[in-house]
Amino acid sequence: MKANNTVKLEVESRSVNESFTRVVISSFAAQLDPTIEEINDIKTAVSEAVTNCIVHAYANRVGRIYITVSLYDDGLVKIKIRDKGCGIEDVKKAMEPLYTTAVGERAGLGFAVMESFMDRVKVHSKVGHGTSVILEKRIAGRDAAHG
Amino acid sequence: MAIRLEISPGCVTAFLEGEIDHHNAAALRVCIDEAVEQYRPETLRMDFGGVSFMDSSGVGLVMGRAGIMRVLGGRVEAVNLTPQAFKVMQLANLDRLAVIRQKARQRAPQRKEGQHESE
Repeated sequence: MKANNTVKLEVESRSVNESFTRVVISSFAAQLDPTIEEINDIKTAVSEAVTNCIVHAYANRVGRIYITVSLYDDGLVKIKIRDKGCGIEDVKKAMEPLYTTAVGERAGLGFAVMESFMDRVKVHSKVGHGTSVILEKRIAGRDAAHG
Repeated sequence: MAIRLEISPGCVTAFLEGEIDHHNAAALRVCIDEAVEQYRPETLRMDFGGVSFMDSSGVGLVMGRAGIMRVLGGRVEAVNLTPQAFKVMQLANLDRLAVIRQKARQRAPQRKEGQHESE
């Protein structure tokens, strides 16, 4: 299926860009006429994925985060968030709720939140090369919400 | 992001406003921990009524404070959560560590007829 509309975004892995990124992506997805709840779901999942790039992929350095958002006719929004950071050794373990390798007060919930707020989460990772996270959600839209 | 503290006997209330993410959680943490250190309250209440967005950094913030308050023999209450923030908190089973409550106004329509609030 061919995307109806696509945007590409490249940002530096600075924590100040977390807010910018989730707002830009959710604004783009707003073309599908989502409910406020659906927009919040996307914002939250994107925030987690981008934070992972900053905290884990590029820990102690600034790298680049590559984002592609595609919108489809049937209301599907597909968000790919890719980094060229350290990669994840054990993706299955990394996706377990409350598991974290980060120091400080990270809850270890990043992937759990993405899975809970999106319909589908795919993760590809190679140690030393980077990680791709693909988030998918079908937007039912405000019409559906109002019957 | 902004924070306002209210001190009453035995209780420190932190009114949080704006967006809570990894970027700004650190500043909130420092501010709340300073107040807890100074006043040693029995209850630390974190009021999320003014929070427009929160990701799992908000959970880390509550979990960390719950740990500190447990050591001090006190407790944490996270109140006035939006449905979105409440959903994030529940993913961590945070109700085992702290009292978590949704915004009353938004919770009300979900109540079935004849059912009474049990809190």
